[in-house]
Amino acid sequence: MDLSIFLILLQDGVINGAIYALLGLSLVLVFTVTRVIFIPQGEFVSFGALTLALLERGQTPATIWLLLALGVVSAVAQVWQGRRTLSARRVLAIAGTDLALPAAVAAVTMLLAPMKPPVVVQIALTLAIITPMGPYIYRMAFQPLAEASTLVLLIAAIGVHLALTGLGLVFFGAEGSRTEPFSSAMFEIGSLLVSGQSLWIMGVTAALVAALGAFFELTLTGKALRATAVNRLGARLVGIAPSMSSTIAFTLAGFIGALSGVLVSPLTTIYYDTGFLIGLKGFVAAIIAGLASYPIAGAAAILVGVVEALASFWASSFKEVIVFLIIIPVLLWRTWGAPVVEEDDH
Amino acid sequence: MSTPASTDNAAGSVSGAGVETAPRGRGARLVAPLAALAVSALIPLVPGLPQFWITLLNYIGLYALVAIGLVVLTGVGGMTSFGQAMFVGAGAYTTAILTTRYGVNPWLALPAALAVTGVFAWGVGAVTLRLSGHYLPLATIAWNISFFYIVGNLDLFAKFDGISGIPPIAIGGFAFSDGPSLYYLIWGAVALAVIATLNLLDSRVGRAIRALRGGVVAAESFGVDTGRARILAFVYAALLAGLSGWLYAHLQRAVNPSPFGLNASIEYLLMAVVGGAGSVWGAILGAGLVTIIRDQLQDWLPWLIGARGNFEAIAFGVILVLLLQNARDGLWPHVLRLCKARPATRCHHAEAGELAPRARSAGEQRADAPVLAVRDLRKQFGGLVAVNDLSFAVGRREIVGLIGPNGAGKSTTFDLVTGVTPPTSGDIRYFGEEATGERARVIARRGVARTFQHVRLAAGMSVIENVALGAHLRGHAGAVGAVLRLDRAEEARIFAEAHRQLGRVGLADLADRPAVSLALGQQRIVEIARALCLDPSMLLLDEPAAGLRHREKKQLAALLRQLRDEGLSILLVEHDMDFVMGLTDRLVVMEFGSRLAEGTPEEIRNNPAVLEAYLGGVA
Repeated sequence: MDLSIFLILLQDGVINGAIYALLGLSLVLVFTVTRVIFIPQGEFVSFGALTLALLERGQTPATIWLLLALGVVSAVAQVWQGRRTLSARRVLAIAGTDLALPAAVAAVTMLLAPMKPPVVVQIALTLAIITPMGPYIYRMAFQPLAEASTLVLLIAAIGVHLALTGLGLVFFGAEGSRTEPFSSAMFEIGSLLVSGQSLWIMGVTAALVAALGAFFELTLTGKALRATAVNRLGARLVGIAPSMSSTIAFTLAGFIGALSGVLVSPLTTIYYDTGFLIGLKGFVAAIIAGLASYPIAGAAAILVGVVEALASFWASSFKEVIVFLIIIPVLLWRTWGAPVVEEDDH
Repeated sequence: MSTPASTDNAAGSVSGAGVETAPRGRGARLVAPLAALAVSALIPLVPGLPQFWITLLNYIGLYALVAIGLVVLTGVGGMTSFGQAMFVGAGAYTTAILTTRYGVNPWLALPAALAVTGVFAWGVGAVTLRLSGHYLPLATIAWNISFFYIVGNLDLFAKFDGISGIPPIAIGGFAFSDGPSLYYLIWGAVALAVIATLNLLDSRVGRAIRALRGGVVAAESFGVDTGRARILAFVYAALLAGLSGWLYAHLQRAVNPSPFGLNASIEYLLMAVVGGAGSVWGAILGAGLVTIIRDQLQDWLPWLIGARGNFEAIAFGVILVLLLQNARDGLWPHVLRLCKARPATRCHHAEAGELAPRARSAGEQRADAPVLAVRDLRKQFGGLVAVNDLSFAVGRREIVGLIGPNGAGKSTTFDLVTGVTPPTSGDIRYFGEEATGERARVIARRGVARTFQHVRLAAGMSVIENVALGAHLRGHAGAVGAVLRLDRAEEARIFAEAHRQLGRVGLADLADRPAVSLALGQQRIVEIARALCLDPSMLLLDEPAAGLRHREKKQLAALLRQLRDEGLSILLVEHDMDFVMGLTDRLVVMEFGSRLAEGTPEEIRNNPAVLEAYLGGVA
């Protein structure tokens, strides 16, 4: 392998790593705020990529039906859970977020999709369709389990993953899709060719990280989320509703997942279940970061991307094995340092 | 102390309240399993039964084996694995390779398959099991995905094509190659697995695994090596999976990577959750339900959707989430309720021989050194000095009270001398022997037994089983002995001893109640009985009188005095001044992490510095 191949691999790795970083950040966010290990994160990637692919072809993506269905179930679940304390205002709010919003998104999509709108509109539609699924799924699957152990929440997350993967197959079929790159420009930097798409990915990732940073540092809502992550009970005592923090965390998870799907779809063919593997690589990064530290998760994600790129060059059939087994030395290292584990998880 | 207890049974927290163990009484308890056995033996003989149903039952049996392993791991041990399919694969591939390439007889390949699976599981467990709850499932996901790609890409495993031409299992000239004969083989294995698992859980080792859910610290404090107990549960579950894989390979006569992927692992866990991970019968029920539901869904979902694919995953995902929300213990407890089944009770063998006393260390046998001597003990948490160069001693046959205002450092001191947290500096000696920085389970071996300020009894165990855990160090039976029931004499002695100690604290008639159903004060007393089961030389009691009524306190004080007169030394932390003043021989008063005063209760009562600390200088 000469330097130019290495540089190409490195570039590939960093770009994929940037996407894993987005997912890793989202996983850390959801875990710290809600204790949910959000396995279905990757499904949003598939859904985002495949929805965009259908819009690109001028078809109405079936995910709008999923959005409507999830909204209805979420509304029913919320009315049922809150049946003793329901007020007219609350019912209206639920109807607004869970019924009117998806209906509006679906209507706009059905109107615009056949007109093959510009790519920016397609992306906006995709994000609008997928993002609300995050909070809907939280309300129907995880909110009723808010007091359960991390382990129960994890098993529930696996259940949601199973269901969403199956639904992905129903909506998108077994064939994969690949979308057009946002930019076909190529830049030459020294001996390295850099595609416009890579610059897009790096730019969007950087902007999103900066935006998240500003959100957590500057806004009251962001600070409330951080407070919840540090001490759930304490945050509750000072008036931060856990359901509010969780809804925001899951909304961000939906948004980041869909955006990752939009970014990754021109790079590789995405199938209904590809997102799971992509999401798991975000997990590898998040686990290396102990599901706690954003900067370490980001750095680890880049490392995962680079290792994956190098592995696919040297031992392509063992690419996945090598990537997933990265966590073993990390776990070993944590094991050696770990005291006898206290049973705070039950 | 035997006041009527509240009988409401606190529901189990994850999935395994009230784990069943093998019933001790014969007769009535055996009727249902024997009837089930008889009925299942007759099933293949039903005339006109479609071959298809036999095949389905065979697969249910194979899945049930794996799910029973998950009962031990998840329902009992509180750990979760998404890697069981990988262990099935380990067993299946081992026998496939040995029988097709080396002509090994399947029966000889069985021990090899189990050995490979066991060593593999031990390796995976050694890396991940000590991590907190959610890392194990995540790590097993990574392992299982890696396993799938490794098997699918290596020539050794014939890549994704897989290995075919596996011979059937045979005895003499008879080959288990058709549905009905395999049915007997598979369900025979399931029956053995059920018996082995019930035996394992109803044993000294089983109690250690079951105690994992009640609290690692409590189990460690009675000498249980919880790390080993976890590995044991993990390897046991993997071995059952490996056995299932061995049978699968010889049933299918071919193996390829697809049935050993992550999705299969998820389905195994689903089976355990559906049936109820707290019971082996739940595991079998879950395996049956999931297999039948999948079969039905695979028939009509593709027709409904108009395409072929793995659509049953949608239903499984929804079922899993709904069950976790509404019936976290699975369906089996509901089946039991319908049948009005009563929980098992034990008969206690008072006539069983005496349990041998715990082996005394050299120091314990000498009489010169103090039982506990603490010198310049210090614990800092960052800048906070919780215990500040504290020194005190507890002599033989002495009751010493450790008192002080809130935040004085009493509980931290307790954690230091019991090995729960290591000290920053200083020196702890039991019976003149250095014990500084030793772990709780090593300190237990020195003859030191303790109770907890926040009661730590295992939720899924009865009162007497919790007490019997205290005798862990006085027994020797291992897992193999337990599975083969070679431990019965020792178990009878352990339970006789537990019963004796329960009688001593006045709770003998509550022996078979679920431990968590007792009133809090009674649970504290159960903890004392558990501590006495260790046959200790020293008792460390953390607020034993909290939550007791006046009369109960008097009875407790009388018991503690009696124990002292029998030769025990006692150190107790207590807030109840009347209780402490009337009971102890000596008091150590702490304030701000330091020793403020030391002396007889009378001296302490009149000590100006103590009055200042407690009453703010009123005197």
